[in-house]
Amino acid sequence: MTVQTMRQGMTRRQLLSRTVATGATFVIGSGFIAGLDAAWAMETTALKPESMATLIQMARDIYPHDHVADEFYAIAVKGYDTAEAAPDIEAGIAALDAAARGKGHASYLDTGWERDRADILRAMEDSAFFQRIRGGLVTGLYNQKAVWPLFGYEGESYSQGGYIDRGFDDINWL
Amino acid sequence: MVAKFELNDDSVVVIIGTGAGGGVLANELAQKGIKVVALEAGGRYLPEDYINDEWDSFGQLAWLDARSTSGDWRVARDFSGLPAWIVKAVGGTTTHWAGASLRFQTHEFKAKTTYSEVQGANLLDWPIDLTEMEPWYEKAETKLGVTRTGDRTGLPGNTNFKVFEAGAKALGYKDVHTGRMAINSAEYDDRMACQQTGFCFQGCKWGAKWSAAYTDIPRGEATGNLEVRERAHVLKIEHDDSGKVTGVLYADKDGNQHLQKARIVCVVGNSIESPRLLLNSASAMFPDGLANSSGQVGRNYMRHMTGSVYAVFDKPVRMWRGTTMAGIIQDEARHDPSRGFVGGYELETLALGLPFMAAFLDPGGWGREFTTALDSYENMAGLWIVGEDMPQESNRITLNPDLKDQYGLPAPNVHFDDHPNDTAMRAHAYKQGMAVYDAVGATRTFPTPPYPSTHNLGTNRMSENARDGVVNKWGQTHDIANLFVSDGSQFTTGAAENPTLTIVALAIRQADHIAREMGAGNI
Ligand SMILES: Cc1cc2nc3c(=O)[nH]c(=O)nc-3n(C[C@H](O)[C@H](O)[C@H](O)COP(=O)(O)OP(=O)(O)OC[C@H]3O[C@@H](n4cnc5c(N)ncnc54)[C@H](O)[C@@H]3O)c2cc1C
Ligand code: SF4
Repeated sequence: MTVQTMRQGMTRRQLLSRTVATGATFVIGSGFIAGLDAAWAMETTALKPESMATLIQMARDIYPHDHVADEFYAIAVKGYDTAEAAPDIEAGIAALDAAARGKGHASYLDTGWERDRADILRAMEDSAFFQRIRGGLVTGLYNQKAVWPLFGYEGESYSQGGYIDRGFDDINWL
Repeated sequence: MVAKFELNDDSVVVIIGTGAGGGVLANELAQKGIKVVALEAGGRYLPEDYINDEWDSFGQLAWLDARSTSGDWRVARDFSGLPAWIVKAVGGTTTHWAGASLRFQTHEFKAKTTYSEVQGANLLDWPIDLTEMEPWYEKAETKLGVTRTGDRTGLPGNTNFKVFEAGAKALGYKDVHTGRMAINSAEYDDRMACQQTGFCFQGCKWGAKWSAAYTDIPRGEATGNLEVRERAHVLKIEHDDSGKVTGVLYADKDGNQHLQKARIVCVVGNSIESPRLLLNSASAMFPDGLANSSGQVGRNYMRHMTGSVYAVFDKPVRMWRGTTMAGIIQDEARHDPSRGFVGGYELETLALGLPFMAAFLDPGGWGREFTTALDSYENMAGLWIVGEDMPQESNRITLNPDLKDQYGLPAPNVHFDDHPNDTAMRAHAYKQGMAVYDAVGATRTFPTPPYPSTHNLGTNRMSENARDGVVNKWGQTHDIANLFVSDGSQFTTGAAENPTLTIVALAIRQADHIAREMGAGNI
């Protein structure tokens, strides 16, 4: 993931040209963060945009699904962008960055390998911050209806008459 | 016509809780012409209200009042405020239940005699046996419409069952079928057949699964003898100087308190709330709580030896399609100490949706080891283990002096440590469960830890002698003649089988006893 602080008002093309395209989110100017493919964007109000970007990366590192786009991780953590939550979250992100620096990286986001980021997380696994983020993701990520099809899960079935005529016993490989 | 009784009508039977035990008892008494006021903490939800969504349904129906946990069970770590998964609604947990309906085996009523001394276990024989229970089981099966009993056929097997069945047969298991389920395989008792929607745990929107909410309760109400007061949370049971109970204090939906007088009180709040209510009803005359001369109220808490096995294959299963729990292997349910433990266990198919799978597959787990499992969710099959756990005096419900509920009453603390017999049985069951799936080519298997308790048992246990337990063979408390317990907290031991059929059979039998004793003027 690459994060750059950008001036406001850039076009998508300019953004792309200025971004080393190894990752998927980046911070755009004041209080704004977007997917590299410009498929989604969110504003931050209480959290620093860099902190939100770090949080999104952390969310992915806790529950990495390569076929699930950043957008869904962003939705899962955007609830922390409140005046009430921000101080604790900023402190947690600061601790995360400090741990990364302790391992010789510039920041958590600048830690290139997932394995190294996971090691940083593993070492802070028992912290209230980690547990809060992880616990929140269990519903924040997996209870998004838009995520379900990515796992094949079909959700509600009553309105379609259940599966009695739609493959409840449909298995041909046994 | 729905009845309405006065608060000071002291001729009524008051039933606290309207789940499997209370809902059935209320209807059975009403059918006999006995006047009943059933007080239910939860609201009324019917099939049109149920939600095909795991967390939304949980939010709608679950009992979420303050509770705490302690002990070495993993639930105390992963779900410290949610020891049990129980419903607060008219119909109780029969809205959520999966419908597996099994009779106990002969020896399970005589655990102490059969298993002899098991160190650390507070075993006791039930004061009743299977022969005595058989006619009541038959009535219960007829009421619930249990498949593979009477002339009711079995349910068709879904994908999850087919994987399970193929593995079981490859392993040499013989007693494998789609279960004895309180789910209609054909139209029965004015309820339609199962449509294989796959949300049995969220309330059956078709009414194909038996639930007290839309069977016994409205039928009881139709007699004109039953008044169900919903959102009526009982706080305390009152008694007079002679030691007889006289009524109950409850809070209505606005928090206003009322005293409902009673001739008889039946406690049916499931095995955490029932002992808690007896303990919270302590008085100068009964300083240790009502019906607690034995000191056994709240003790011997059992939750069944449980666990799950999920397995991933190289091809799709889509286990969430179809009935949640219609599949069973019974070969391990026998008592055979050569396996290294007493008692036995059942293996039953189980499917969770993606949201619950994420929460329960490996609570607290994260990283690639965890997420690659969920990546294969579509290729997953699953089973649940349910076996007999050992009653232990120290596994108990107590009042937590530091935690209060919304009414300011001490919340229950649920303490549970596994007995070595439970641990040995679970290890065996994990091995067998994984072998079932390995036999049909699983690429990865997951021995998944127990969920918050769905089966809660034993905390007001039935005993021959007053010194050993809380209630007699009728569920009548040894200490107070007009105070009854009518839920799974009566269970002397847990047996390997899912408990609800036995709770229902006992409730039908208890209704008979109460009517007889009232008629004779004894209570
Ligand atoms: C997901 C799930 C699946 C299950 N599947 C099966 C299965 O397949 N087979 C099986 O045999 N069992 C199953 N069970 C267990 C089954 O639901 C219970 O055994 C059964 O419902 C217990 O009946 P009960 O009457 O003791 O309590 P409940 O059904 O829990 O009813 C108790 C009622 O009392 C009310 N109450 C409690 N305290 C108070 C109070 N102070 N004042 C007023 N009301 C109060 C509650 O709100 C509740 O409505 C399952 C349970 C769950 C959660
Ligand atoms: S699978 Fe059958 S029993 Fe279960 S909820 Fe659907 S229709 Fe009801």
